Amino acid sequence: MSSPAVAALPADPFRRSPWPRVAMVALVIYVIYACAQLEVSWARVEIGLENAGRFFARLFPPNFSRWELLVKGLQESLQIAVLASTLGIVLALPIGLCAARNLMPSWATWPARFIIVSARSFHPVIVAILFVKAVGFGALAGILALTLASIGFIGKLFTEAIEEISDKEVEAIRATGASFASVLAFGVLPQVFSRFIGFATYQLDSNLRNSTMVGIVGAGGVGGTLFAAFQRFDYDYVCAILISIITLIMIGEVLATGVRAIFIGNATLSDVFRRGGAHRREMHLEDD
Amino acid sequence: MAGAATPAAAAAQPPVAERIWRRFSPAQRLARFSVYLVIVAAIAASVQSVEVIPEFLADAPEQVVDLLTRMWPADWAHYPDTVHDALIETLHIATLGTLLSLVLAMPVGILAAHNLVPSTPVNLIAKLILVSSRSVNSLVWALLFVGIFGPGALAGTLAIAFRSIGFVGKLFGEALEEAQRGPIEALTAAGAPWMSRMTYGYWPQVSPAFWSIALFRWDINVRESAVLGLVGAGGIGMVLDSALNLFQWPRVAVVLIAIFAVVVVAEVVVTQVRRRVI
Amino acid sequence: MLTLKHLSKSYVAGTPVLTDVNLDIDARGITAIIGASGTGKSTLIRCINLLVEPTAGEILFEGADLARLSGKALRRARRHIGMVFQEYNLVERLSVMENLLSGRLGYVSAWRAWRRKFPPDDIRRAYELLDVVGLTGFANQRADALSGGQRQRVGIARAVMQEPTLLLADEPTSSLDPKTSVEIMELLTEVGRSRGIPVLVNMHDVELARRFADRIIGMGDGRIVFDGPAAALDDATLTTIYGGKGWLH
Repeated sequence: MSSPAVAALPADPFRRSPWPRVAMVALVIYVIYACAQLEVSWARVEIGLENAGRFFARLFPPNFSRWELLVKGLQESLQIAVLASTLGIVLALPIGLCAARNLMPSWATWPARFIIVSARSFHPVIVAILFVKAVGFGALAGILALTLASIGFIGKLFTEAIEEISDKEVEAIRATGASFASVLAFGVLPQVFSRFIGFATYQLDSNLRNSTMVGIVGAGGVGGTLFAAFQRFDYDYVCAILISIITLIMIGEVLATGVRAIFIGNATLSDVFRRGGAHRREMHLEDD
Repeated sequence: MAGAATPAAAAAQPPVAERIWRRFSPAQRLARFSVYLVIVAAIAASVQSVEVIPEFLADAPEQVVDLLTRMWPADWAHYPDTVHDALIETLHIATLGTLLSLVLAMPVGILAAHNLVPSTPVNLIAKLILVSSRSVNSLVWALLFVGIFGPGALAGTLAIAFRSIGFVGKLFGEALEEAQRGPIEALTAAGAPWMSRMTYGYWPQVSPAFWSIALFRWDINVRESAVLGLVGAGGIGMVLDSALNLFQWPRVAVVLIAIFAVVVVAEVVVTQVRRRVI
Repeated sequence: MLTLKHLSKSYVAGTPVLTDVNLDIDARGITAIIGASGTGKSTLIRCINLLVEPTAGEILFEGADLARLSGKALRRARRHIGMVFQEYNLVERLSVMENLLSGRLGYVSAWRAWRRKFPPDDIRRAYELLDVVGLTGFANQRADALSGGQRQRVGIARAVMQEPTLLLADEPTSSLDPKTSVEIMELLTEVGRSRGIPVLVNMHDVELARRFADRIIGMGDGRIVFDGPAAALDDATLTTIYGGKGWLH
């Protein structure tokens, strides 16, 4: 390097832009301010930590003596998850297809996009509350709420997947004189299929998690039992319910991995049992 | 000729008329068929046994419309006296919860990354922590923390933080595992200690991913924190809960509109920040 | 066979890509369209099967004006026009066999296509064609596992599966190396000649065009500036087509 260039180097080679530091200070100030606003203080945390010891002591050992009620709740949660996922996926596919701007005219995409956005705008629990008020307590409210959530989630991702496909493949299929339905079957579907299986199984997982919770607002499933146990300070039963829910969700995840292996990786049943979760395509779309 | 690279031995092909084309092998078809069978069986079993009263289902559209008419016009006067403060509290819960989860998730994410901590048992324990965090819903976390700390925003903040550890830690750990080896090997070769390898080797590579994960989670947490109040963990959900319990539908409408507005604003903020900064 | 009358196309009003193109393609033989990049070769080819809609003019093919067709009638006409693309445009995630069978989509109902229930005759022809294009044994390979040359062979086979009465090829060799380009052109001309299908191919490689085409059409600035047998293509004409002289020899 020639000497003028050396002279042009800054005096401190480690000098950085001041902005990260300013942002850090602002963040710290915000945290202090927000803690004060929320009346979060060390004293409260300390009292809480004392409570926590007693609380966790009461969680154990888990009490499975009322397992019948627990199984009934889990069953209902499963039913809610299965039906909501089915309905949600069946409804989301045509809506998502209609919303894809590269295949559909704007008179179709606008209403479809509106449906998807409104289905996504509220948390499933809030939707569940409204459905409980509309159709009464029970599984129906949960099914409707989670169906709506599934339409929003799958509809959005399906639309995005279709909009990202390669036009060239579609053009080639159109050039053979194929009808619109055949273009979908050969030009569009193969390009989005594996992603669709990915988010459909993900949505089943997500609905399973949410179905164990909508009961808190009276929309059926094991959540109601859980909430009641909490309110009665029946903590060992709470622990039993939580363990069952986590087990159920983990089984669901294993099944979902198997389905993905079969439909995306063309695995056989023996592949699935042998490799377990070897074919794993993690998805970055947690949204529940 | 292309035939030279033939994987399925070209020489062994029978005459054209005898070749049979199948899309999947019988074993693959069996696997697919089993999945279909399980799905159909699950749907059939659910439809049969679920406790849904058909009259209620038929009545649902009418009831929903009725609910909406009772909500309108919304009680706007309610906004300044209670809804506004609760909304701000919700935002604080979401933001503080996200920040806390970043602090808590970073070490767990590092422990879960095999290239940073090459010990399989430690990786597995870290991953178990992450999975449990994700499996327990934020409402359940809120119930737990309300049990410990009593009702209020503190329980909500902790619930958001603990629910987010799994999400942030998992994605952060994956980002670490995908980091380029070159710069780290260069630092190791130069005799840099572990901490320097972290700050000069890994951090510059994963920081865009880290901030992007944080923003993404914050967006989700704004939605989540809006419902925590239903179990007493602070924020706008508590206002919603009391309005619902008193059947004050016009107030419910105001709260719902406020939540909707805040969710939309959060999404816009996240998109803008992501576009400009990351 | 195929007659273009006063064909014009402008993507943006006022800046025509094709201006008043008149062309007659005979019932057999290889016709190459050459010209510099951006002179509308590709647009011309794509106008013929209406992948690009012409702004004005007629496309007379099998007794109908394609430019006026739409919907089912257009799809029926397209069945008889096979097309080979520069970037192969195979459906990457489908097997070679499924890509070949997609050439039959114009003849098979969507429901049967969906379930992959193609007539046995189609499958037999697909196997024959795989042998012809030198891809015996590749039926169950996924298209994205193939090399460029192999993909273009599948592309040609897919077009022939349609049993077309006209083959269009849009820069079929531009993404391939010189040796593979020659092989692909050999295959294309061989398929065209042996089956009596006229081939209309556009390319920018003058040498390949001279070597394989019976007739050459030179395009410049959206118009036809040369139309004659390959032998009549001399340096003076090339200069009018491509402009300048420095690049010759």
